[in-house]
Parts: sequence; C-alpha cells; structure tokens
Amino acid sequence: MIRFEQVTFSYPGVARPVLAGVDLTIPEGELCLVVGRTGSGKSTLLRAVNGLVPHFSGGTLTGRVSVDGRDTRDHPPRELADVVGYVGQDPDAGFVTDTVEDELAYAMENLGLDPATMRRRVEDVLDLLGLADLRQRALQTLSAGQQQRVALGSVLTAHPQVLVLDEPTSALDPPAAEDVLAALHRLVHDLGLTVLLAEHRLERVVQYADRVVVVPGDGTVSAGAPADVLATAPVAPAVVRLGRLAGWTPLPLSVRDARRAAASLRLAPPVPDAPPVPGEVVGSTSRLTARYGDLAAVRDVTLDVRAGEVVALMGRNGAGKTTLLSHLVGLRKPSGGAVTVRGVAPHAVPSRRLARLVGLVPQDPGRLLYADSVAAECRQADREAELPDGTTAAVLASIAPDLPPDRHPSDLSEGQRLALALAVVLGAEPPLVLLDEPTRGLDYAAKTRLVPVLRSLAARGHAVVLSTHDVELAAEVADRTVVLADGEVVADGPTREVVRQSPAFAPQVTKVLGGGWLTVAEVERALA
Amino acid sequence: MTAALPRHLHPGAWWVWSIGLGVAATRTTNPVLLALVLGVAGYVVAARRSDAPWARAYVAFLKLGAFVLVVRMLLQIAFGQPLPGTVLFRLPEVDPPRWLAGIRLGGAVTAEAVVGQLYAGLRLGTLLACVGAANALASPYRLLRALPGALYEAGVAVTVALAFAPQALVSAHAVREARRLRGRATRGPGSLRGLVVPVLEGALARSVQLAASMDARGYGRRAGPPSRAAAAAMFGGLLTLCVGTYGLLDPSTPPVLGFPAMAAGTALLGYALVRGSRRAARSRYRPDVWRWPEWAVCAAGLVPPVALALVDPAALQPSTNPLVAPAVPLLAVLGVLVALAPAFVAPRPPSTLPRTLRAATA
Repeated sequence: MIRFEQVTFSYPGVARPVLAGVDLTIPEGELCLVVGRTGSGKSTLLRAVNGLVPHFSGGTLTGRVSVDGRDTRDHPPRELADVVGYVGQDPDAGFVTDTVEDELAYAMENLGLDPATMRRRVEDVLDLLGLADLRQRALQTLSAGQQQRVALGSVLTAHPQVLVLDEPTSALDPPAAEDVLAALHRLVHDLGLTVLLAEHRLERVVQYADRVVVVPGDGTVSAGAPADVLATAPVAPAVVRLGRLAGWTPLPLSVRDARRAAASLRLAPPVPDAPPVPGEVVGSTSRLTARYGDLAAVRDVTLDVRAGEVVALMGRNGAGKTTLLSHLVGLRKPSGGAVTVRGVAPHAVPSRRLARLVGLVPQDPGRLLYADSVAAECRQADREAELPDGTTAAVLASIAPDLPPDRHPSDLSEGQRLALALAVVLGAEPPLVLLDEPTRGLDYAAKTRLVPVLRSLAARGHAVVLSTHDVELAAEVADRTVVLADGEVVADGPTREVVRQSPAFAPQVTKVLGGGWLTVAEVERALA
Repeated sequence: MTAALPRHLHPGAWWVWSIGLGVAATRTTNPVLLALVLGVAGYVVAARRSDAPWARAYVAFLKLGAFVLVVRMLLQIAFGQPLPGTVLFRLPEVDPPRWLAGIRLGGAVTAEAVVGQLYAGLRLGTLLACVGAANALASPYRLLRALPGALYEAGVAVTVALAFAPQALVSAHAVREARRLRGRATRGPGSLRGLVVPVLEGALARSVQLAASMDARGYGRRAGPPSRAAAAAMFGGLLTLCVGTYGLLDPSTPPVLGFPAMAAGTALLGYALVRGSRRAARSRYRPDVWRWPEWAVCAAGLVPPVALALVDPAALQPSTNPLVAPAVPLLAVLGVLVALAPAFVAPRPPSTLPRTLRAATA
C-alpha cells in the first residue's frame, strides 16, 4: 500500500539528510507503529507519505514514495486526500471550520461528493467515533480527547485507505487515549485501513501494532515484528522490561499477556520503602478557588507541598492541573482562598524576585527560551536572576552534559529543550519547582534521564510538583500522588496507595503483579 | 400557529440586516437614534443568538466601541481645535515647538467640542456594534460557505487571516507568562521588544499548520484544467469596470463609457464567476436554505436606512454649536424599530447540547 524506494530527504540548508536511502513497504491492512527519538525524522517519514514533505516543507527528496500506486512526486497532498488521511500532532491547529459536523464534512466537500453521500458518511463517522452527542458543538469547546477524535473523523469521512497519525495520544489523559486507540483498533479490523502511527507512549500502542518501524535518527529506517524489535530495544515499556527480567517467551506486549505469564512468578510481597521524612511546608494552598466566569477550574483545594517530596498531579484533561500550577507560581491571583510559597503570596511578588521563590517549566518548554544559542540562554538566565556568571551553565552541565552550547534552542530535541528550560529555572535555586506535563513530547530515553534529575532535586531539599498523564513516570518518580477531578482533589496520598485504588492511574507493573508493586526496578530487587 | 423548528437562519440574511442597521447608523449623529439602533441590535442578538462561543462577539464589539469612543474623546480634549462656547475646564496649555505649528496641546475644553466628539464617537461605536451583531448571529465561516465556488478560495484566505488575530492574542498571553516566570518585566516599553517576534512566530506557525491541514484534506483540488475563458473574462470585466467608473465620474467622456461600460463589465465578471465556480470540484454539505424568514429579515434590515433617507437631514445631525437637545423624528424611530422584527420572525438557532440533555433542560 505504501512504498518507499531509496528515499533520501534533506531540509533546505541542512547538509545531513533526515532520511537516507530508505526502503520500506507497508502492506494493506497493517497497523504499523513508528518509533524513534524526538527529532529523529519520524514526522518527516509520516509527512512524506501524503506528500506534505516535500510539497509543503521544501527541501529535496530523491527516490520514490508511492501510495496505492500514486507517486507523491506527481501528486501533491490535495490530490492524495482521497487515499491518505493525515492527522498532525496538534489537532486544534488543523481545524478549518467551527462546528463538529462541518469539520467532518470539510474533506468531502473538497472532494466534491454528492450531498446524500456526505450526509450518510457524516452519520457513520459520528457513530463510529462516539461523537453523535457533540455534532452541533463548537470545536473550541471540546476537550483534547474529543478534539483528537474529531480530527480523526474529519479525515475518515473521505474514506481513505491509509491513515497517518502523528502522536495521536501524547496530549491525552489515559482514559481519553484508550478511547482514541479503541476507535483506531476498530477501524483496522472493520474497514481494513492501513495505519501508520508515530507514538512515544509505546506502552499504550504496541499491543495493537502488527509491525514496528524504527527510526534511529541516523537517516536509516528498519522494520520488524513488535516482539523482535522490543527484545533488543534499549528502552521499552514496563511490561516488556518485566518480561525480559523474568525471561518470559514470547515477550509479553500487553498487560493481559504479562498477567498470564506472571502466574509462574513467585515473589515475596513487596517491602514498602520507609515513608519519607516530611520536611517543612514549602508551598501550600488553602481553600483555593479559581474561576473563569461561571466555571470553577479549581474549587476549594487545600494542599501542602513539603521540602524533599515529589508530588505527581494527575487527572483528566481540563481537571484543573495547569490552573493549580499557575496559581502556585503566581501567574494568576486566586478568586478565593489563598496560595502561599515560603509564607508569601506568589502573585504579589515582583517578577525579578519570583524566580528565586518558585519556578515553573511550562508545557511547551520552548516558551521559556528566547536567546539564540544555548550558551546565550544560560548567560541571560544568570543576568535575569542576578546570579554569578556560569551558574546556569553549571546546572545544565549536571542535567544534560552533552548539550552543544552554540546550538539554537529551537533546533534542540524536545528532551534537550526541556533540560535547558529546567536548568534556566533551577539556576535561581527556587525551593519549589513545578513542571507542567514534562513528558508530553519526550521519548523513553529522555524520560529515563529525567527521573534521576527529579529525584536528586528532591534529595537536595527542593519540593517538586509535576502534572502528568504519564502513569509510568508518576510511578517511577513520585512519592505522593494527588488526583484532581473537576477542580477538586479526589485522592491524595502515597503513590502506591493511590494507584492501587484507581486502575486508570495504575502503571503496568501494578496491573500485572497486583497492588503493592510499582516499578520494574522494585521487582528486580525482589528477584535478586 | 406552531413555532418554527429551530434552524440556522441563512448567514447572508443576518449580514444584510446588520449592514442595513450599520448604514442607518452612519447617516446620523443623533444620539437618540444611535442609542435606539444599539438597543435594537442588542435585543435581536439576545433573542436569536446561539450558545456557541462566537455568539459572545456582540459584547466584545460593544467593548471595542466604548474604547474607541473614550480614546476619541481624550484625543479631542488634548489635541482638538478649540471651539468657542461654554468652557467646562482648562487644561494647562503647552506651547508647541515651531515645527509643530498648527497643533494645540491642552487649553480650554468646551461643552460644544466634547458633545460633538461624543456624537461622532457614538456613531462609530454603533457601527462597530452592528458588525458585532452580525458576527454573533452568524459565524463568519458560515457566510464563507455560502459564497459562490469561484470566490471560495479567496474566502478561505480570509478565514486563515481571521484566525490569525485570536492566535496572536493567545500566543501574546503565553509569551507574557513566560517572561514573568523568567523574572523579567511584563509591562512598560522595554517589555514590548522581545514580545513581538515570538508572538508573530507562534501565530505564523499556527497559520502554516492550518494551511497544511487544509491541503492534506483536499483543499484546492481541481476538476479540470484552469479555464482561460474565465480568466480572460475576469480581466476584461475588471478593465471595463474601471473604464465605466471613469466615464461616470468625468462628464466630458462620451456617454457610452458610463453606464453601458459598467453594465458590460458586471456581466463579464458574472460570467467569470459562474464559469470559475463550475470548474471547482467543491460540493456543499447541508447548505443553508433561503426561505421567507430570510426575506423578512433582509427587508427588516433595509427599512431603517430608507426611513432615515426620508427624514429631514437637519434632524439627523443635531447641532452641537449652539448646544440644543436633539429632536426626535418619529418616522426615523419607527423605521429603526422595524429592524426589531427578526427577534420574532427568525427561527430560533438549534441548541448545541445533545438531544438527551436538551429534553432534560426543556
């Protein structure tokens, strides 16, 4: 269905090609998962399928990419719209119309289908993706999970044979991600679609994949069966690592497979770590309420964060996690209740002193960066926070030693950008460090490096709060988990206790081995 | 009579109605009539807007109008030409340097000048409110959908441009937040530098993403090769229209260059549009219908400007020097009140809530 023949592609002005001599054939009806580090060329590979690369990106492409026999050289994206459906990373940025129904019809209108067919297909897709109740809604008012399903529907109505999805679940909370993946699974089974999908959260997707395409970042691309690829991959989802550890064959890819294999595993009950010694309270909210008009984004939240602990803030999209963080960092004034950090209200602190009190790494870390090189960014941060020269650079060297100092921040990978933004925040040594969705664009390798950085921050007496959808990260790093729903705290306690009680937030190891177990490292210690 | 089923009124009808009101507003500085136009527009919006986010546009435009009004007043007080009359108060006068001759700073502020500015500002504010009413009642995208195929592409360029402003606002907010996090000033002239570039970058990146998404979903597909006849007719039509305009404006040209040229140009353009529309492969999903309520709304919008045209012009421009209480011409008031009709004849817009919820709240 999709054929890459000797494809080499490089962006204008960049000597090193992103794809070099790629040969790849994806047969009809396969669900194919593309994995690789950020910046390795995954998106380029995906966008080459419908001709967005090179027709839209510029650059030179040699070799041949063809879909259903149509060469992208002669067919620009619009001429492939009836064969390939492409959904980009940020569905909201791709919406053309303003209501759900119009958005679903947009591609069909461009293809010039007759009204009766359009009407029927819109109804079909509304049912298939569970959108019927939202048909009249304005797109801006939808949650991230609903928007992702609408974006999927808006290409499905054109009845493409190939679906290309760039990180469809990375911005979604676990239940919403399940919804989108279940819909995809149904499409592959019922309609025989060929799906090419890039995703960092392997644990969510790999069980559905027929094949895994690895993009290591040196321009080459290789493909293989999921179990074979993961058996040797340096980083893998928790079930796979558990399977490797216990020597299970075939390697389990889903929680269900692992649970069946785990019956043979005899483990002593886990020894819980000694409860961490609570430090002094660094940041706290008391009956905090934040409202936007009639809507309470956060309602009556009372929370203490102590020195030396890492707190994971979880909850579905729109539960109030980001709002809570922006109050802690003083970007917003509470509508009711109070926020204090080290005894002062952060929103009343002048900008230049705020950085020494509390630091926030926003969802898109690039927003914090505006110098034109890594070194300049570090110098700028020192100047702004009135620190001795070289402080930020030293922090950066301890987090990410291999960062080229002359590189422009926007040319860094997502993980490197996060490291730089974190260094900028940490230079001023704020007692309270906040991270909003730090793993959104992070690959496994970058995530593995983030865990010890956060642990060592806590060990040095910082209080760390991170909001995340990533249950695996929360299990690895957080002492305490707070679950928000509709702006209220519904669970607050040691991570082990909280995830035992709600399956939606349980990491894979907990799902396989039952309560008590959190991480592969714990199991490894118990087996040793 | 049973109430009509909820449906969206054709966006064209709403735009004709609000443009009618807007034209009426531009013809007068009478504050009573202007306030009446504002009230009529507000009442109809309140009665017939949907629960979608863009229905809040009316209030946003009202705020913009009020802002324009206040800025105009302040500028007049600070820099305006002095008008003789009742002095309200005096501002300290600044002697401008010689190269600024003719510009006055401060000095006496008269009631006549203030009221004159108030009337003119009110007219501008009312016009903005009429545009806001149209935006609240029919989203711009719905209007674009109703355009003929050949104009559609130009219309989409407008959509992308319209999306740019809200995008820029969103990214300006994000950049300001980031600056506060880094401990930099968020206000003052120094903060403006370093704000513009990231904001434009962010909004531009979104526009490019939008364009890529449109292309990937088949926007701009062609049914056949471009039609040379349509292109030639378009060019010829525009040229003939130019000649016609010149002919109309300059009485010394032969009469054939006037109205006949205008008519020929319009016909050529019409042909180009029809021909071009046939070539675009686009079809339309559930097009808006045009029935009697649409005609009624259009008619109601056209009555106010006609009524105002029939009224004595002196009553429409009340004197501010000397200051007199504005007269209220009855015909104009009745004419503007006719524009209230859509609040009763237009069908209610459908709710965006799902059916089950709608039944529960009904």
